[in-house]
Amino acid sequence: MKNWIVGLAFACVLPACVTINIYFPAAAAEKAADKIIDEVWQLKQGQDGGTSKPAAQ
Amino acid sequence: MKKLLLGFLVLVASMFAASWVVAAADLEVNTPAISSIKASMQARHNQLGAYYASGAIGLTKDALIAVKDANAVPLAQRGALTNLVKEENADRANLYKEIAAANGHPEWQADIQATFASRWIDKAQSGWWVQGAGGWVKK
Repeated sequence: MKNWIVGLAFACVLPACVTINIYFPAAAAEKAADKIIDEVWQLKQGQDGGTSKPAAQ
Repeated sequence: MKKLLLGFLVLVASMFAASWVVAAADLEVNTPAISSIKASMQARHNQLGAYYASGAIGLTKDALIAVKDANAVPLAQRGALTNLVKEENADRANLYKEIAAANGHPEWQADIQATFASRWIDKAQSGWWVQGAGGWVKK
């Protein structure tokens, strides 16, 4: 009986560990991407402030 | 038997809790390497902005940029533009690699790049050219 319980516990825990290790956090990645893009394109502080000013000569 | 059932429930609950914690966690993006790439891209964007607007360059579906219409740029500027695109793409590739590395999963680089691809295009201003499945499209 005891062995059976231990076996069941391992059967449940092992795949969970593997899943967590290879899982790609898509939502977190999107959030991080948005944050970086906003900074690079300066989207949050004054809509098109940074992009339209310099008229590359 | 009751004990067994209780133990099993606790096990299942802890598995859910563990995956919830991972799902809710943010990606680490505040390393010195990532900050310096970001600063470099931000400075370059002041030059690239006009080229996006004129359609000379566009956002590709693999989260990089490319020269779309070199004729939109005077001959004398084309060399400089090619260089800008090259430097920008090097920074972008580095950025995706550094984010994956900063989170201890170098194998996430391709996933991160794919995520960025859709986010860049989503946030592009109207009038800019972006690459869809069928080729270049004006937003």
